[in-house]
This record gives sequence, structure tokens and C-alpha cells, in this order.
Amino acid sequence: MAGAAASPTPPTAIARPPRERISSWPLADRMFYGLAWLSGIGLCVIALWIVVFMLIKGIAYLRPALLWTRPAAGSIHQTQAGGILDPVEGTLLVTAVGTVIAAPLGIGVAVWLVEYGRPRALARAVDSGIEMLAGVPSIVLALFGLLFFSQGVLTFVSQPAASGALGQSFLACGAVMSLIALPLIFASTREGLEQVPPRLREASFALGKTRATTSRYVLLPAIKPSIAAGTVLGMGRIIGDTAIVTLLLGGAAQLTEPVGHAPVWSVLRGTGSTLTSYIYYNSPSGEGNAHEKAYAASFVLLLMVLGLNAIVTRLTRDSLDGPRGAGSRIRSMVGRFTPVRDMSGTAGRF
Amino acid sequence: MDPLMPPPIRRIVLDREPTVAPPREPPSGANGSASAGAALAQRIARQPVANTRERMSIEGVWLAYGDNWVVRDVSLPVRQGEVLALIGASGSGKTTLLRSLNRLTEITPGAARAGRIALDGTDIHELEVNYLRRRVSMVFQQPNPFPMSIYDNVAYSLAEQNPERGRRRRRRSPELGQAVEDALRRAGLLDEVAGDLDRSALRLSGGQQQRLCIARALAAKPQVLLLDEPCSALDPISTATIEELIISLRESVAVVIVTHNLQQAFRVADHVAFMHLGELVEYGPSEQVFDRPREQRTRDYVSGAFG
Amino acid sequence: MSGGARQLIRGRSGAASDKRAELLLGALGVIVLVLIAGMVVTVVIKAWPSFSHNGLGWFGTGAEVDSELRAMREAAPLPGHGILYFTSWPLIWGTIITTVAAVALALIVSIFASIFLTEFAPARVRRTLDPVIRLLAGVPSVIYGLIGILAIAPWVNEHLLSNSRKKSVIYVVQLNGNNLTTGTLILTVMILPIMVAITANALESVPASWREGSAALGVNRWRTIRRVSLRAVWPAVAAGTVLATARALGEAVMLAMVTGGSAFQANPLDGFTFFFEPVRPLAAQIFLESEGLTIGPLSHTIYAMGALLLVSAAMLSLVGWTVKQQLAKQGVRA
Repeated sequence: MAGAAASPTPPTAIARPPRERISSWPLADRMFYGLAWLSGIGLCVIALWIVVFMLIKGIAYLRPALLWTRPAAGSIHQTQAGGILDPVEGTLLVTAVGTVIAAPLGIGVAVWLVEYGRPRALARAVDSGIEMLAGVPSIVLALFGLLFFSQGVLTFVSQPAASGALGQSFLACGAVMSLIALPLIFASTREGLEQVPPRLREASFALGKTRATTSRYVLLPAIKPSIAAGTVLGMGRIIGDTAIVTLLLGGAAQLTEPVGHAPVWSVLRGTGSTLTSYIYYNSPSGEGNAHEKAYAASFVLLLMVLGLNAIVTRLTRDSLDGPRGAGSRIRSMVGRFTPVRDMSGTAGRF
Repeated sequence: MDPLMPPPIRRIVLDREPTVAPPREPPSGANGSASAGAALAQRIARQPVANTRERMSIEGVWLAYGDNWVVRDVSLPVRQGEVLALIGASGSGKTTLLRSLNRLTEITPGAARAGRIALDGTDIHELEVNYLRRRVSMVFQQPNPFPMSIYDNVAYSLAEQNPERGRRRRRRSPELGQAVEDALRRAGLLDEVAGDLDRSALRLSGGQQQRLCIARALAAKPQVLLLDEPCSALDPISTATIEELIISLRESVAVVIVTHNLQQAFRVADHVAFMHLGELVEYGPSEQVFDRPREQRTRDYVSGAFG
Repeated sequence: MSGGARQLIRGRSGAASDKRAELLLGALGVIVLVLIAGMVVTVVIKAWPSFSHNGLGWFGTGAEVDSELRAMREAAPLPGHGILYFTSWPLIWGTIITTVAAVALALIVSIFASIFLTEFAPARVRRTLDPVIRLLAGVPSVIYGLIGILAIAPWVNEHLLSNSRKKSVIYVVQLNGNNLTTGTLILTVMILPIMVAITANALESVPASWREGSAALGVNRWRTIRRVSLRAVWPAVAAGTVLATARALGEAVMLAMVTGGSAFQANPLDGFTFFFEPVRPLAAQIFLESEGLTIGPLSHTIYAMGALLLVSAAMLSLVGWTVKQQLAKQGVRA
């Protein structure tokens, strides 16, 4: 049998494939290639410049003592002395209140929309409404919040000021903040629910369980990473917002005196500042001109954002979607142009 | 009626014989149908081609992905006027060899090669890669028409070749229209789509899409046409149409087809190359390889002992 | 057996409890809807006096915005006009130019940058850039404003703005680093990450079979992208643009810090000086007037501006929805 001898030995003269020679492209294409590189490098440069700039300024101006000192009161240059403890506390308080209100609301509405969704008109209205809410500028939401909380019944959420109840307090601010976190939590939960494999629901229904029980004990635990990612994204949006804070939390750098004697409630009814409003008031556009404090506070704020981003990345690491949950929606938009017919019989998406 | 209680069980009573669909009349002039009881297909009848000329020569080619040699020392001629079928089990390297003919293996990082592949005497690695790929066109396993009209799909490679001319002029120029028509005619699709070439290509059926891909590949008038299991995703009638198309094309284009379907190789091929684990085990005219194989491995594969 | 499974087995079954849950959750949805509708209604109601006093002239030009607002603050109406007199065209114009310019610039840059990221960039660059872009998207606007006012504006003032130019318009308006250009550039940088993320994601989702098929036809990478990939992703790009426009429209804090000290109506006929004139977009104006919300006529005016922004955001939402509908239709036809 010819050819049944030992396998031939591999050669020594091996060639690796060359890179596609751009020089062989027509001129116009080479120009666009160059433009792409330019834009890309430009984006890199801008991003890195911002990061490095804030890093340098932050390290220059942030002393650990600032983190646990309260802003000094009473002096004219109030914001120049003292530390940033109050703003940090304020940020945490506002974020906590906002998330506590937004999360149940967002998750609940998402579950209703995906699992029940009747009447259809209401479901579509809620869907469009939340999408519209996501696009409303936060300053307009703040205007609405001010109006809302200065009406008679709702003044209990804030402390009376000299000119009567102003509607400014941590509670009020947190409540409006929940409106900007709501669309993110809603969208993430909804995407998670829509991507749950049908066999999970079918198994639960086959056991005779209701939709409510299924959602509570099967579906929501299954999509915990999505819900968590959406919540963290919402928190990120809250801690970065300045407009709502300025309108609904007053301009004091410190937490004001608690009103009344209830332990937590009284603090929430008071006013104060957050890192964002602190930065604004210490910048040249605010009253103070203590840009060192502004840089220090910015650095702390950026670290928080970085931390939240890292959490979201860890949470979505194993999922197909990017952190914004836009991945599957994008894919479905691109996929609309893929062949509708697939000979193997599956839905026509590559 | 309580929605939670299961419905009452009904006994299934068979009171008549199940209906069996009678065999359909085969389409007139079909010559690929396997009659009941026959084990093998029949070769599609064809006009013999007078002059075959060698278009590509594969000389001592080795191909590797990373450290793994996938193709080992293969030498083959590719001739215009005949259909060359590469057969073999999965992992035999036939698809990799096919893709190396138009340097598509370069897209994969970590690919390495040795040996020489020549198109009309010139080493393909000295040619500019996009020029080569217009001379050696490829059709893939899954039909992949672009999300454009039929006309734009077929005109695609021609339109992108002449960037000097203005785009609108280029798109509707008479030469381009003629080229598109010729390609569609050669692919046997013109009659079916001539009415509306601006229709989206994605609305065609699977078989039509694959013929569109063949038309698209033929538009630039290539010397060699590479087909990577073109019918594996198609139904038998589309398969038969495309196989006849391949036979008719072989006069003007050298055709190389990779297939894991032995019956298809038998129906379509003039020469057959059997590869196993990267090595070329046997090469010869299709009747010889299928009926009187020289190698034991070939005999085993052709008779279905493995693969 | 896990706790969840145990609970599941013991969980309630029965149509009644399911109905209750449906009603409860549905009520949540209704609450959200009522809040949103209530927001629109209350803001418009509070804004109504300003609109009814000025009529369509509210959107037009007249006296300077700053003097009108000051008049309201001091309760001393401008001669010949009521105290609610307001003409907002400079603000609207400022919003239009900053938003349109920023979105146009960001669109072009983001498309090329995404192409770079997905096709031409070495893998290492891509891996480093992804988290950086995500971080950029999360940077609060007040920090962008801080960088703008402390680093960018002085640079623009020193290097791009000549003293002669400043002197030439000194009697009309003061020029410094806080101007249209600075604001638009920083706004572009703010909306770039969203658009790059969406476009890059979409480009990666283009089926590999198309790109491979195009390569096999002898078409180079750039032309493949232009003719096939970009055509496939333009729905995503359109959606991303709508998102970015909404963000640019509502940006208040950064623009308030960086676009200048007066609500000036920048005039393109001024030539190059146009790029250095201060502007005042609507959202920024609202933000800056936040202390005036207790004063009657001023608060009506501010809420009127807010109502305009609200309506614009709603219309933008509608545009986004129609775009998606068109795409759905096209998807079925394709």
C-alpha cells in the first residue's frame, strides 16, 4: 500500500501571514483609515488626560484628615476651612434614600410589565412613560420635586424654614433622586426577566405555582445580578447629580441641626450638602473660591464612581450584556437586518 | 370548570389506517434521483470539456493553526473545465486547504504555512490579497447575502473595485448592469429575480440566496470558484439545482468543492481528492476513487466504515 | 433542598393571591404613571402665567434676558411691559447651537472612534480603553464643569482669544474663556462615551459571516465597514444619537459653569468672534436661577423654561420611539 509510510515531517521554512498592507488601498480609503486612527487616539488621549489630571489634583489636595473633618462653621470663608465629612455623609444619605425608594418601585413595575402586563394599553403607557422619564433633564425633575414637596400635606418631609416650609430636605431630595434611578433599575430588571429561559417559568407553573410566587421565589433570585447591576447604575447616577441637590437640599455645607427627636427621621428632614453641591459651591462659579477643596472632593467622588463601575463590571462579567444592558437591545436592533429565514429552522438571528 | 384540574383523559381510538403520502413524481429530466434500493447516487450527466487547463497548483503545502499542523504536504492541481471535490472526515483539513487558496486563512491569527500555491504560475502570496480574492472567489456554507438589494449584492465586488468613478454613476452604469445580469444568468437566478432587482436580498429563499451568493462570487469573473459545502444548509431540490449549476459552470471557471456528503461528491465531481488527518491520501478521477480506490483508507471511507 | 425551593413548594397557589399580586404591582405602575403625568401637569400649570402674559412672544426676542430677569427679581418691571415680561430666544438659541454642535461633532468622532476600536486597534489598546470609556460615561457633570472652568477655560482664554478681539467687543459683551466653544467641546466629550459604547457594541454584533463574505470577495476592510457594517448598525447609531441629544439638552450644571456670565445671544454673523461669545442654554439658566424660586413672577418664568425643556424631552422621546418603529418595520421588510 503506497503512502502508508510514516507521516511526512513538518517543514522548517514556515511563513506567518502578513498584515494586510494598507499601502495598497486607494487614497480615499487610506484617509478614512487615518481618520479612524486619529479619532481613536484622540479619544484615548482625552480620556487619559482627564483621568491623569484628576489624579494629580486629587493627590495634591486630598489629605485624609479632610475625610473625617466637618466643614468649619461660622467663618465667612466657611467652605475654605474644615473638611468634607458632611458632604460625604450627605451623598451617602441621598443615595440611600433614593435607592430605597427606587428599587422596590422599579423591580415591582418591571415584574408587573413582564409577567402580567394587562391591560395592554396600560403596559405600553407605563413603558413609554418610564422611557420618557429617563430622558427628562434632572433639573426639571428638581423643579417638579420642589413643587410637590412644598404643597400642604407633604411639608412633613422637610423642616420649616424662616419663610415657611421650603420643601428642601434629604427626604425630598432622595425622593426626586429615585426618579432618575428608577428607569435604570426598571430596564435592568426587565431585561433580566425577559432573558430568563422559559423552562424556569414552565417548571414552576407545572408545579401549580402562581405567577406571583414564581416571580418572587424563582425569577427574581435568578436575575439577581441584573437587578444589582441596575441598582448600582442608578446609584452612580444619583451620586453624580448636582441639579436636584442644589434645588432640593439647600446650600448649607453642613448638615443642619436635626429637627425633632426621632433618630433617623429628623436627620432626613434636615438639609445639608452632598459632594456634588460642595464641589459646585467651592468652584469659581459657586460662592467660595477654594478650588483645592473642590479638587479633593472631586477625587473622592470619582473614587466612588470608579468603585461602583467596578462592581457593575463584576456583576455583568458573565452575562452577554454590557453594563448598560444595551447589549441585547443593540444586538436585536442589528439583528433585524440579518436573514429572516434560516434553513435550520431556528429564528433567523446569527 | 376548575382551571386547576387537568382535563379528563380520552382514549385514543384508531378507527382508520394512518395515511401515508404516496411518492411524488420526480421532476422531469432529473438525473440525480436515487431509485429505491440503489445504494449510490448517479453521476450527473455532463458534456465532456475538451481542453482543461491548469489554473492553480498546490505544491507541498503545509498549514497550521498555532502548533497544530492541519494540512500536511498536500499537492494538487486545480483545472478549469473540471470539478475538483475535496472529501474527507471532519478535521481532515479539507476546509482549511480550501480557505488557503484565497488566503482566507490569514484572517485567523496564529496561522502558519509552508509550501507554494500558484495561480496561473504566480505565487498567490506575491499577489495583492484583494486582487487575488477577485480572481479566486468563494461561496460559504451558510448563504450570507448582505442587507442590500439583489442588484447591490451582485454588483458589490465590482462596485468596490473602481473607486475613482462617482458612486451614483457607478451604481447604475450600463456596464455594471450588464455584468450583474450576466452573473445572475450564469448562476441560474436571472429568470426568477429579473422582475425586481431592487428587492432586498434577505427576502429570497435559502436556495435562491445561495445562488445569489454564487452570482455575487461570479460577478468579478473569477478564474477559480471555491465552494465550501454550499448545499449543506439547503433542501434537496435547491441542492439539485445548485449541483447542476456547478456542472454548467465548470467550463468557464475552475471549481473546487468541499463536501462531506459522499453522494454529492460522486454526483458532481470530475476529480476527487480524499484527505485524512491533514494528508492527501488519494487523488484521481472520481470513478477511480469511488469504484477502484487504491488505498485501504479510501476504501474504508467511501464505503462508510468511518467519517 | 435549598431554602428557595422549600419556599417555592410551600408557596401559595391559587388564583386569588395571584390576582392580588397583579393588582398590587399594577398599582405601582399606575403610581409611576400618575407621577409622570402629574409632573407634566403641575409644571405646566405653574408655568402658565408666564406663557399667558407673553403669548408667543415668550419665544421671541426683545429686551435682554438678564435685564428681564433682574426686573422680576427687583419687582421693577421694564418700562412698557408687565412684570412677567420675558423673551427667551437667546436661551433657546444657546440651547440649539450647543446641542446641535455637540451632537454632530460627537456623532462623527464616535463613528470613527468605534471603527478604530472594533477593527483597527490592537487588542491591548481595546482592553485598556473599555473601562476608561465606561468611567468617562459615569463622571459627574459637575466635575466636567470644574475641569472646564479651572483648566480648559483659562487655556482658551490665553491661547485662543486674543486681546484685540476682546477689545473689539468690549462695549457689547465681555469675552473670556467661558464661552460657546468651551461649553460645546466639553459637552461633546460628555456625550462621546455613550455614543462610542453603543456604536462599538453594535459594530461587534455585525454577523461575522458578512465580514468574512466581504473579505472573500476581495473588498478591503474599510470598504467592508462602510458598505456593510455601517449599514447594518445605523439603527443603533440613531438610537444612540437620540439618547445623546437628550443628555445634551438637559445638561445644566456643566454648561452653567462654563458657558459664560451672561445670557448673550451669540451671533454667527460676527465671524470668528461668534465662537468666543458667551451663551446660556435653557437648563443652565434654570440652574442658575435656583435661588429665585421663591419670588412669584420669577418662579413662573423659571417653571416656564422648565416646561419647555419637559416638552422638548417628551418630543425627543417620541422621535426615539418613531425611529424604533421605523426600524421594526424595516426589519420585517428586509
